[in-house]
Amino acid sequence: MQLIKPDINIDFIGKRKLALIISLVLILAGFASLVRHGGPHYGIDFAGGTLVQVQFQSQTNATEINTALASVDLGVPIVQRFGEDTNEFLIRVERSTGELQGISMQITETLEQSYGAGQVDVRRVEMVGPQVGKDLRNKGMWAIFYAMLGILAYISWRFEFRFAVGAIIALVHDVVITLGMFSLFGKEIDLPIIAAFLAIIGYSLNDTIIVYDRIRENLGKHNKESFTFILNRSINETLSRTIITSGTTLLVVLSLFVLGGGVIHNFAFAMLVGVLVGTYSSIFVASPLLLLWQKKVAKAA
Amino acid sequence: MSNSLNTRGLVVLFCLLLSLFALVPTLLRGDVPSWWPETFGPIQLGLDLQGGMHLVLGVDVDKAVESRVDTIIDQTDIRLKEQDIIYKRIERRQGDRLVVQVYDEDEGRQVEALMMSEFPALEPATMTGAGGYIEKHFRLSDDEIENIKDYAVRQALETMRNRVDQFGVSEPTLQRQTGNRILIQLPGVADPDRAISLLGKTARLEFKMVDETANIQDAVAGRVPEGSQLLYERSTNRATGVETEIPVVVSNQTVLTGDLLADANVRIDSRFNEPYVSIDFNAVGARRFDQITAANVGRRMAIVLDDTVYSAPVIRERISGGSAQISGSFTSQQATDLAIVLRAGSLPAPVEILENRTVGPSLGQDSIDSGIKSIWVGALLVLMVIIVYYQLSGLIAISALVMNLFFIAAMLSMFGATLTLPGLAGIVLTVGMAVDANVLIFERVREELALGRAPKLAIESGYSKAFSTIIDANLTTLLAALVLFQFGTGPVRGFAVTLSIGIIASLFTAIFVSRFIFDFFLKSRNVKRLSI
Repeated sequence: MQLIKPDINIDFIGKRKLALIISLVLILAGFASLVRHGGPHYGIDFAGGTLVQVQFQSQTNATEINTALASVDLGVPIVQRFGEDTNEFLIRVERSTGELQGISMQITETLEQSYGAGQVDVRRVEMVGPQVGKDLRNKGMWAIFYAMLGILAYISWRFEFRFAVGAIIALVHDVVITLGMFSLFGKEIDLPIIAAFLAIIGYSLNDTIIVYDRIRENLGKHNKESFTFILNRSINETLSRTIITSGTTLLVVLSLFVLGGGVIHNFAFAMLVGVLVGTYSSIFVASPLLLLWQKKVAKAA
Repeated sequence: MSNSLNTRGLVVLFCLLLSLFALVPTLLRGDVPSWWPETFGPIQLGLDLQGGMHLVLGVDVDKAVESRVDTIIDQTDIRLKEQDIIYKRIERRQGDRLVVQVYDEDEGRQVEALMMSEFPALEPATMTGAGGYIEKHFRLSDDEIENIKDYAVRQALETMRNRVDQFGVSEPTLQRQTGNRILIQLPGVADPDRAISLLGKTARLEFKMVDETANIQDAVAGRVPEGSQLLYERSTNRATGVETEIPVVVSNQTVLTGDLLADANVRIDSRFNEPYVSIDFNAVGARRFDQITAANVGRRMAIVLDDTVYSAPVIRERISGGSAQISGSFTSQQATDLAIVLRAGSLPAPVEILENRTVGPSLGQDSIDSGIKSIWVGALLVLMVIIVYYQLSGLIAISALVMNLFFIAAMLSMFGATLTLPGLAGIVLTVGMAVDANVLIFERVREELALGRAPKLAIESGYSKAFSTIIDANLTTLLAALVLFQFGTGPVRGFAVTLSIGIIASLFTAIFVSRFIFDFFLKSRNVKRLSI
């Protein structure tokens, strides 16, 4: 079976102006949302705070839980249903405390008073102090930074410096758009999301390298043709592979997103956005960037 | 060629057998001889999957420095009195500073000489005249402060290890981290709140004489007599459950501490059927307890634990047996826990919880179930697509993929890596990416076939042309994964581990194993048309 005919010839590079507009719109929409919300929406891993996941025996709702918790001084607790049809709730409090008799215990005791002992099952407690939150945030940022540095060095060594720059810009493009989407959809950024961002970097890079690898090969083969021709030809030649791989990866990520359970849901969301944007960027961002570089160098010479 | 085919076949077979061998303890769980899991342990599940507690505790090391200064003050007090040096007062200021107030220069010099010879860790600091007195300032040297802090964290770690051992948790992890942090992981702990209070309790046991001369009302109003302090005795009425707090004024001076304990046990008081903790002093403690009780018959002695008075009984007679009892309105679990912390020793400084992640066992099981389900569904979908698209060659890719998962599991067991929820996600991602290598090869082979090459030749050049692409793509991702492992924490690390292992396994299966299967089938037959 073949989805893409071997002699396919789409003028991808010719659509680079349109691609630029699409990328700009996506980035700006994300930025606007980030500015409106005053930065990324950090989960307790990075912001610090307390999170309690509670399962109730009897039917209840967020309002009832809020009423039950009104007697405890918790600031403004955020109560959310966890998953779709479950009787499970996430209670998030911005405060954290180093004391041994923590906030989670207060919440549990208060809920047991309202709902009765044995009616409340605490499934998960997470408390992150502000200092640890800050440390985790810094560590996450540095991890991403060093990963990018390593990639830059590797590609410069295996390819050329301009390829490395193109790949990194495409990566930043993908991460920025995913970050923006998180903000637009009101999703929280916590530690597993940093892992997802790094997976996106890995994936997008994989995609970009495969196109670049073909460009490198074709540069040797067709040295009489124009650079635009070579770029287009390389993208077309790898198109079949790009679609199959992105397709299968999307299938897997989609199954994570739908079936993976609540804890992994946001992770899968990040991956979903990242794989789509990553595939798009290796065709429409990474390759045209090489052309731009070529033109700049030609002008300077 | 046929020789190399045999060798390659042996390599694949060897890897399969080794993996099977490593996975037996995971698959059979317990039904194997004990040497087996000792060589290759079953795959360890992270706390997020099996349930349990992850705690990061911070040791308040400044308090340890303060209490060291306080000890020096107590000793100085005794030495100065012994040597008849007259002084007005000694006190601690700004945490690590010790100040002795004297009346004239001469005494000042005596004090300084004594301090320097007795406490080499002290450095004389500035000297100021305050209201006609002379103040001699001393501070601990920076080295000494570092030592005290370091020792406090080590001591706290040691004490917590003792407590965890007595609490009975299987395979606990206690580690010192950078700064003054201690990481504690308790898998499958049933009562997280109890674990926290057991681990975090300072358990500083002190015996202090009650200041009978003090006026309780004045003290509660904030006018505590000099040299004394106001503490509270907490008790719960067993019938009504009402908690009451009774103020007690005690002397600042501690006559005896829990450091001199030899043992602590729970006993039941037969009169009220109430549990209490019986403590036994060691030889030194017993002698001192004997002296103190002898000298203070008729007075009250407060038993203070972490600045709360548990009881303040009147000393009826001299007690020379070296044992005493702490009663309070305990439940039997409270009494048991108190005995544990007293036996394990006190923490050198208070601790606070910096991070706490607790996952109940039921949630962990749910996570495993849905994680495994999503892997199956994802893998099945990929399987269908690949077989429909590449037909028989797709089948080869699929067998490589299945082996890939098998190798990943085996490597997790061999390296003793821990499988976490993000780790599962990493495996799912590898499933997607492992297919990519085969897709790259197959697309190349198709290109070669389109150029009119024979199947064998097409496969050979397809593999060799795709090789550098696959290596470049996978190595960069591996690079990112390794950086993640180095700089990441917790969940990020779990993800990096399975991603790295997955990349290595998929490089092997996609390039080496699938090629072997192709060559094996094409060896004898003269295939005209490749099913790809």
